[in-house]
Amino acid sequence: MSTNESATSSKRWPAIRFNVNSEARIVKVPPMKRLLDVLREDLHLTGTKEGCGEGECGSCSIRMNGELVNSCLVPVLQVEGADIQTVEGLALDGALHPLQEAFLCHGGAQCGICTPGMLMAAAQLLERSPNPDMPQIREALAGNLCRCTGFIRIFESVAAAVDAQSASPATKLTTEQMHHAR
Amino acid sequence: MSTPSTTRIVGANVPRKEGVDKLLGRACYVDDIDRDGMWHGATVRSSIPRGLIRSIAFDRRIDWSEFAIVTAADIPGENCIQLIVADQPCLADGKVNHCEEAILLLAHPDKHKLREAVGAVQIEYEPLQPIFTIEESERQDVAVWGADNLLKSFLLEKGDVDSAWAHAARIIEGEYRTGAQEHLYIENQGVIAEYSAESGVTVWGSLQCPYYVFKALRAVFDLPEDKVRVIQTETGGAFGGKEDYPSTLACHAALLAMKSGHPVKMVYDRMEDLAATTKRHPSCVRHRTAVDRNGKLLAMEIDLAADGGAYATLSSTVLSRATLHSTGPYVCPNIRLHARSWATNYVPYGAFRGFGAPQAIFAMERHMDEIAAAIGIDPIELRRRNFLHVGDTNATEQLMREPVILDQLLDRALKESDYHARRAQFARENPASPVKRGMGIAAFYHGSGFTGSGEVYLNSLGGIDVMPDGKVRVLVSNTEFGQGTNTILTQIAAEALGIDYADVTMAAPDTGVVPNSGPTVASRTSMVIGRIIERACSQLLELLREHAGLGATYTPAEFFAACERYRALHGEVVSLCRYEAPPGIVWDDQRYHGEAYGAYAWAVYVAQVAVDTVTYSAEVEDFWAVQEVGRVLHPVLAAGQIEGGIAQGIGYALYEKVVWQDGRMANNQMTNYIMPTAEDVPPIHVSFEEIPFQFGGFGAKGLGELPHDGPAPAILNAIRDATGVAFNSIPLLPEDLYLGLAAAQPAEETAAR
Repeated sequence: MSTNESATSSKRWPAIRFNVNSEARIVKVPPMKRLLDVLREDLHLTGTKEGCGEGECGSCSIRMNGELVNSCLVPVLQVEGADIQTVEGLALDGALHPLQEAFLCHGGAQCGICTPGMLMAAAQLLERSPNPDMPQIREALAGNLCRCTGFIRIFESVAAAVDAQSASPATKLTTEQMHHAR
Repeated sequence: MSTPSTTRIVGANVPRKEGVDKLLGRACYVDDIDRDGMWHGATVRSSIPRGLIRSIAFDRRIDWSEFAIVTAADIPGENCIQLIVADQPCLADGKVNHCEEAILLLAHPDKHKLREAVGAVQIEYEPLQPIFTIEESERQDVAVWGADNLLKSFLLEKGDVDSAWAHAARIIEGEYRTGAQEHLYIENQGVIAEYSAESGVTVWGSLQCPYYVFKALRAVFDLPEDKVRVIQTETGGAFGGKEDYPSTLACHAALLAMKSGHPVKMVYDRMEDLAATTKRHPSCVRHRTAVDRNGKLLAMEIDLAADGGAYATLSSTVLSRATLHSTGPYVCPNIRLHARSWATNYVPYGAFRGFGAPQAIFAMERHMDEIAAAIGIDPIELRRRNFLHVGDTNATEQLMREPVILDQLLDRALKESDYHARRAQFARENPASPVKRGMGIAAFYHGSGFTGSGEVYLNSLGGIDVMPDGKVRVLVSNTEFGQGTNTILTQIAAEALGIDYADVTMAAPDTGVVPNSGPTVASRTSMVIGRIIERACSQLLELLREHAGLGATYTPAEFFAACERYRALHGEVVSLCRYEAPPGIVWDDQRYHGEAYGAYAWAVYVAQVAVDTVTYSAEVEDFWAVQEVGRVLHPVLAAGQIEGGIAQGIGYALYEKVVWQDGRMANNQMTNYIMPTAEDVPPIHVSFEEIPFQFGGFGAKGLGELPHDGPAPAILNAIRDATGVAFNSIPLLPEDLYLGLAAAQPAEETAAR
């Protein structure tokens, strides 16, 4: 199986249409190509990371039709017509998602490589259960491995995002404001 | 000396410097980067642990004209990875000494064509007898490295051990073993290399030590300094695993770039990364200890053996740190310690958080509980009676001049964990319960920075400059890989210069831009590099006061205005400083005697463990970590370091087993190499006592490695407390628990009757 010469523009492969972060995309790639590679190589959305390539670490977690999936285990043919959300689609209108803000303040990200997948898993949890308790948070993140934090600050970050969501959203910082912190 | 109340930025939980990029998914890791015309590289590796290469054949089913092929014959300089001992080839030349040793390199424009091509290179070997255990290596029947398999040895002696045994009330012996451990950074090893005759070699990569890679490339390519450039990309975890291995990988990719005429990316997949890259040194430590009737330590004889793998790599320095942490935070007048690192035919073992200390401390702290049991003293009390205090000397006869507050740390750990009440409760509940609970403790120190004269030898250079756009840049080769380098160094600079955190950035970790401030290892960044940055900032302020009219007090705007006046006069605004050793650091490398470390971080950890005697699983239910690490520069980052290290330590103790089969890692997948998940980590209660260290950056000592030292002995001591059975080997998996408990059971039942 070859991919480089058969990237988005190739006519050899049938078109696969799906939405990524609310944007319609068409790719013409080998149908068994991993969704992870299509996102990274063909759509240049490199926020989604590969950690193990076998569905164990969760670094490549994305949301597909409202389900959390490991994009390394999904052949792209399965996403025809699907709605895909990646980490790039989490921040909206220039504002950090409450989870991103909480991870920033509470030490939820260290090296950052598991962070996109962790954020997607946490976002999935918050959509399903807006007020999760600690066992629910642990269970929801159990498919995402982090080697830096020991998970404690990730749990705290998710819990803080829950609190922030139930409080007023007026204090949210924009990504630009946050970036000025650099 | 600053105090917590007088700083604005140091000690505050400012946002992680590169945090927003990481959270938005736009931080650029090496695999996120493409170069024009980039090819991909792959490695043909040894399938046997030791032997001679008889022939290399290329299967005709592959069109090899499409590939760039590199062998040892293509190396323009020295076929050797420069580290401490020049023994490890960049590419095997005629013989192999471990499975997965790199023999030949391939590059192709399409990475998907590489896997088949790697399999189509057929290598015939004449196998030689391999060595797979420390014991076989010690016997020296087969020499696999040098004449005697001995990679390094140290002898440390204090007092007169031989006369001490006669005065002992008891002599307690024990043997303690630790296994290999994989770093399991979530981002695999990876680099991109470019080569041109005019500009030489440029490498981008996931790495800890740009100047280590720089040195390795210079030797392999025989190039001058100005023809080699190494740039660290965002690095997705390292833990020591990206201290030495990237030197090899960078040389491989650069050789392929030279041969192909294209940029070449080499990013390992997980299976290759696990099989081919370094792990923590396995160890076997034997203790023989004399105590008086009150439990005072009279003499220690320690024999420490480490498995170094097939090449020397960092084994000598790992062994050094193991040696210097072997006797724990205790006073003992008579010590003899033999430490040896032995060659075997495994992938070379390398740096991993703690760097030999976790192995040595596991043995010492496990042994302390066995001493306590043998003489019938509470393990807490035994430790307390032997703790180091100010004015005592440790094993290398280093005088403890800085505050040592082990008693205070112990008291706090006991209080916070409600240790005595919980132990009493478990003692009541355990007999009637299939789940046996116990409490275990470990007390330890971890030396900050390079050992002995190491920091003087490194002679690190670092500092700051001020850019015309009104930003201060921190100029260091110390890298960020999650632990917080970017954040704490910019905090220190902003604090020392009296400007805002947002006004300070990190210069690119690029050997073409930053000076050599040494490697990012050994818990040295906050203490050693932080201090250099603090001094460079003071030096700049003096220059600005003297030459650019900066007032005694000033606003950030006045500071930058003064910088521009200085720039107009001198062209640039830059301030660099070299490392200065604290006074009185004298180290004798021959006798292993003197000031082993500039400073020590101290800790007492407590684990609560539940052992299920039906399933034979052991679970850490709660964990308390009390430590003194000097000034805490950033409480959230610091606690995150401690928690992350403890989780790795829990994995080291109870989950993470490298399974070897004929010299190969058999479980080189995340499916079967098991690390703790979100469901496995207990609550971790982290507390700091802060005693600023005057020679560290704003009072900081090192803390990154410390938390990996304590969990394994604390957990196994808790299992002993819970079950009454001493387990002296890690990892301790359910099958090991079953065997140990089953073996102990008949005696217990007999006793019960």
